[in-house]
Amino acid sequence: MSIIEIRQLAKSYRVYQKREGMLASVKSLFRREYRNVEAVRGIDLDVQKGEFVAFLGPNGAGKTTTLKLLSGIITPTSGTATVMGHTPWHRDNDYRRRFALVMGQKNQLWWDLPAIDSFRLHQHIYRIDPAVFAKTRDDLADMLDVRRLMNQPVRELSLGERMKMELIAALLHSPEVLFLDEPTIGLDVVAQHRIQLFLREYQQERGVTVLLTSHYMKDIAALCRRVVIIANGRIHYDGSLSGIIDRFSSDKIVTLQLGDETDFKQFANMPGLTSIDEPRLRFRVSRDEVASTLARLLADHQVNDVVVEDPPLEDVIASIFSEAGESQNEPASAT
Amino acid sequence: MISAIHTWWNFFRLAFSERMVYRGDFMLGTLMRFLPTLTQIFLWWAIYDVVADSAGLTGSSTGSGSTSMPGGQIAGYGYGDMVAYFLLVTVTRAFSSMPGLTSGISRQIRNGEINRFLIQPVDLVSCLLAQRVAHKLVYYTVALLPFALVFFLCRAFFVNGWPDPLVILVFVTSLMLSFLLGFFLECSLGLAGFWLLEVASLGFIYMLFNFFLSGHMFPLELLNGLPAWMTTIIDWMPFKYLAWFPAAVFLGKVDQQTMLVGLGVQIAWVAFFIFLTRLMLYRGLKRYSGFGG
Repeated sequence: MSIIEIRQLAKSYRVYQKREGMLASVKSLFRREYRNVEAVRGIDLDVQKGEFVAFLGPNGAGKTTTLKLLSGIITPTSGTATVMGHTPWHRDNDYRRRFALVMGQKNQLWWDLPAIDSFRLHQHIYRIDPAVFAKTRDDLADMLDVRRLMNQPVRELSLGERMKMELIAALLHSPEVLFLDEPTIGLDVVAQHRIQLFLREYQQERGVTVLLTSHYMKDIAALCRRVVIIANGRIHYDGSLSGIIDRFSSDKIVTLQLGDETDFKQFANMPGLTSIDEPRLRFRVSRDEVASTLARLLADHQVNDVVVEDPPLEDVIASIFSEAGESQNEPASAT
Repeated sequence: MISAIHTWWNFFRLAFSERMVYRGDFMLGTLMRFLPTLTQIFLWWAIYDVVADSAGLTGSSTGSGSTSMPGGQIAGYGYGDMVAYFLLVTVTRAFSSMPGLTSGISRQIRNGEINRFLIQPVDLVSCLLAQRVAHKLVYYTVALLPFALVFFLCRAFFVNGWPDPLVILVFVTSLMLSFLLGFFLECSLGLAGFWLLEVASLGFIYMLFNFFLSGHMFPLELLNGLPAWMTTIIDWMPFKYLAWFPAAVFLGKVDQQTMLVGLGVQIAWVAFFIFLTRLMLYRGLKRYSGFGG
C-alpha cells in the first residue's frame, strides 16, 4: 500500500476582486466581486514509502497548496487523500506526530530566543524521550555543522544558518514523512549545496518519504529520482527527470565545428539554426532527422567536430510551463 | 495528561524568557500605566471641588494647595472612594486587558503564522493562553513594586480599610475570571480574522464599549441616570466584569447577594466566550486557506 494516496484532490479559493480607484472601493462596500481560483484541479498521486519526490512547477501552479493539503493546514474542496492511513485535515495528533513540514519562507523558531530553546519545546510537544532527543539534536547539528550556533538568538543567525535550524527543529521527532516547501529559497550556492547534501544523506540513512517543491533544478537533480510536474493545478508529468526530455522534447541540439569554411552566410537561412559562432554552428533538429541532416552536411563540408545533445532540461521545463500557462488564461468563472 | 501539562509548562517557560528579553520596555510600560490614573485623580479632585462648592459643603478650602480631601458625594462615591476606585480599576485592568491579542491573532491568520499550530500536535488556544499567562506574570513581577508603592502612598484614600475575608476571596476570584474573560473575549474577536481581512475596526468598537461600559473611565453607578432598560442591558453585558465589578466588590459597593450573583454571571460569560472561541476556531479553520507562501 502506498504511504501517500491522493485521489481527485481539488481545492479552490474564493478571491475578493477589487478594481482600482476610490469609487470602486466605495462600490465594493455594497457589492463585492469574487473570483474562483482553482489552485488544485483534481490530482491523483501515489507515493511509496522511502521515495524522494519533487514537485516542479511555476509559481501559482498548486505545489504549495498540495503540500498544505497534505499537512492538514487547509481542507480540500473535494477529493480524498491519506498519508500513513490518516486524513491530514482531520489533524489527529497521531498523524501530526509522524510528519513534518518545512517552509523556506516561514519560520517556526522563536525569533528572540536561541534555537536550542525551540528544540526543547519540540521535545515536549512531540513527547520525545530526553536521551533520544539529545542524541538526535546533536547528530543533526553535527551533520549541518551548526552545533556552536544553537545557543545564539535566532534573529542573529544568517538565513542559511536559520534554515538549518528549521530543518533540525522539523526532524527532531524523526518524522516518517517530510514535506519540504522550497527549503533552499534565497540561499547562496554553498548553503544550497550543503542542504542538498544533508537531505540526501538523511533521506538515505532513515528511509523517510520526502515530498519537495523547489524552483532550483539543481536541488531536484541532486535529490529526486521521481519528478511530478504540476502546472495550472494539474499533473502534467510523473516520472524520472531524464524522462521529461524524452517525453516533451522531440528535438536534438547539434553543434558542428567546421574546418576551412569561410562563407558562413550560406547557413543564415538554415531551418532550426540557433547560433553561428565561427567556426561553430549550432542548430536544433527533430530527432528523426538528425542522421539525414548530418549526412548531408558531412558530405558538403569539412567538419572537424560534431556534438549531438539533448536540449537543456530547464528549457524543456520552461516550455511545458508556458504551455500550461497559456491554457490557464481561459476565462475565469466569476460569481 | 501529565505530558500535556508538561508541554504547556514548557511553552509558558519559553514565552516567559522571551518576554524577559524586553524587560526594559516592560518597566517603562508599567510606569506609564499610572499616568492616566494620575490624570483621573486630579480631574476628579477638580470635579469634587466644584460639587462641594455648589452644595456649600466647604469642608475644605477651594483654593489650590489644600491637602485635605474635598467633600461631597457623586453617585455614592466620596472623593477618597473615587481615588481608591481608580487605583483598583488599574489592578483589574492589569488582569483583563490583553494588549495585542486581537490584532496578534488576526495578523497570524492573515500572514499564515498560525500554520505552525496546525501542523504540530498542539492546541492553538492553549498555546496562546500559556503565552498570555507568561506575559502577565512577567508584567506582575516587574509591576509589583511600583504598584505596592502607589497603593502605600494612597492608603489614606481607602477610607473603609481592608474588607472582610469573603469579599477579598470574591475579589481575587473575580480578578482571575476577568483575566479569562478578557482573554477569551479578545480571542474570539481575533478569530474573526478568518472571515474579515481587517479586525482593527472591530477592535476599536470593542475598545469604545470597554471604555464606557466596563467602568474604565468612571464608576458605572454614574450611568444610573439612564433609562432603566439601558442600565439593565449594561448590567447584563460582560463588560463590567473587566473593570468595575472587582473594584466595586472590594470597596463594598455591592451587597453580598449581588456580589455572589455577579460572580455567577461572570463565570457564565467566561464559559460563553470559551465556547464561542472554540466554535469560531472550528468553523474558521474549515474555511481557512493557509495564506502566504
